[in-house]
Order: sequence, then C-alpha cells, then structure tokens
Amino acid sequence: MTGSTSTRFTRVLGAATLLGTLWLFLFGLFLSPDDIIQRRGVRIMYVHVPSVWLAYLAFVVTGIASVAYLWNKTRSLVWDRIAGASAEIGILFMAVTLVTGSLWGRLSWGKYWVWDARLTSTALMFVTYVGYLAVRNLGGTHQQRAKRSALVAIFAVIEIPLVHFSVERWNTLHQEESVAKGKLQDMMLFSLFSGIVTFTLLYVWLLIHRQRVLAMQDALDDRELDRALIERRAEADAAAQPATTSAGV
Amino acid sequence: METSFVLISYALTFGGIGVLAFGLMRRARQLAQRTTPEDRPWT
Repeated sequence: MTGSTSTRFTRVLGAATLLGTLWLFLFGLFLSPDDIIQRRGVRIMYVHVPSVWLAYLAFVVTGIASVAYLWNKTRSLVWDRIAGASAEIGILFMAVTLVTGSLWGRLSWGKYWVWDARLTSTALMFVTYVGYLAVRNLGGTHQQRAKRSALVAIFAVIEIPLVHFSVERWNTLHQEESVAKGKLQDMMLFSLFSGIVTFTLLYVWLLIHRQRVLAMQDALDDRELDRALIERRAEADAAAQPATTSAGV
Repeated sequence: METSFVLISYALTFGGIGVLAFGLMRRARQLAQRTTPEDRPWT
C-alpha cells in the first residue's frame, strides 16, 4: 500500500507487518493447540492480549510525548502530533480489546459483560481517551491544542496501572496473568508472542503515517489561516478607502 | 459456537485495522494534493 506519507522504511515495515499478520493467522487459527478447558475459544487470546498490549503501549507513548512537549522549551508540535496519533491508535485497539474480550467472556463465563474491576476500569480508560480526542478538537491554535491535551494525557496515563493491576487488587472474574505465571504451553506462548510482535510493528507503521497526516493537516490549517487574514486585511483596506476619499472631498 | 466466536474476533480485529489503514492512506493522498513538498519533509 503506497501513499504520500510512505517512505522506503514504511513500505518495508508495512510488508513485514503483512507477513506477521499471515503468520499470526496461521499459528493463531490452525497450528496452536486447543486448550483443555477453553478448547477452541482460547484462540481469541492471540488477538485480545496483543490488542491490549498495543493500547497500553500507545497510551504510554501519548503520555511520554505529552511530557516531552511540555518539557522542551521549543514546544515542538511534533511531540503533540505523536501524542495525538498514538492516542487514536490506542483507542482503536482498546475498542478491539473490549469487543474480543466480550466475545471471549461469553464463551468462558456465559456473559458478554460483567461490571467487575478489570472490565469496568478498561471501559473507563477507553472513555477517558475518547475524551482526550474531544479535548484535542476543541479549537484554538495548534499550541493551545497541544498544551491542553498534553495535560489531559498526563493525567489519563495514570489509569494504565489501575487497569493492569485490577485483577490482583480486587476480586474479579477476569483471569490473572497467564504468561508471567507460566500457564501457557510452548506453542501457545509462541503464537501469543507472534501476535505481540506483529501488533507492535503495525503500531509503528500506523503511528508514522498518522503523524505525517496530522503534520500535513496542520500545515494546511496554517496556510488557510494566513490566506483568510490576508483577505480580511484586503477587505478592511477596501472599506477604509472610500471613507478616506470622501473625508478628503 | 466457539469457532464462530473466534472467527468473528479475528474478522473484527483485522477488519477494523484494515478500515483504519485504508482511511489513513486515502486521507494522506487527499492532503498531499493540497500541500506543498515543503510541508512533507519525509518525501
């Protein structure tokens, strides 16, 4: 897939991501074994866990880029655009996490949704970042947008440990960590790892393209603002001209 | 039921990614027509 935001690097990255996706399909759907308890339903894990990993990664990058924007005296909008692009990608993958988790929950618990700590805190985080995007689109100059959304992002990133450790702090229906506790077989672990690597490549690809789209959008906004200002000044000059002439007469 | 839920999960995940990627490329092309090469330092 080529576009005006593509470079040689992004094309290679895109090809690697496509290969990784095929690899994930192969292992996730066919080569990994069924689980003894969850049987075939365990295969949802290979997209659900990488999705939540990617959402966490995206939101952490949003937080870091927001701090970098406020920290640097130059107030570079590149950081702001990285933060915004990353948050958008994170929201998509958080939505994927909620939907695939809901389907997996129906198979495992018999219900699509329960108001337990993990699910509720995840939904809250999703809504918070949708709010972050709404704050970005409130209007004003690019610097105003960057400043207010950076502050929101720094507060929002605090939710990540709250969501992640919710299964340990409270009694929840959601299972505890399987990878760290060595509960997965080798082939399952490999399939999961394939998913995480593929989704990480995909994240980098999406982030680069989205950040460049935002850069072009900002440049276009600046140019249109300059043009509008020139037109207004010309209108004001034209309106002042007859008044001056009549005063002279 | 398990198989259909697994397939729906994969379809929604990769369908969502595909829609996002396609929309992103389309938007990039639209904006490139309206911007100058100076606005695209990566090219």
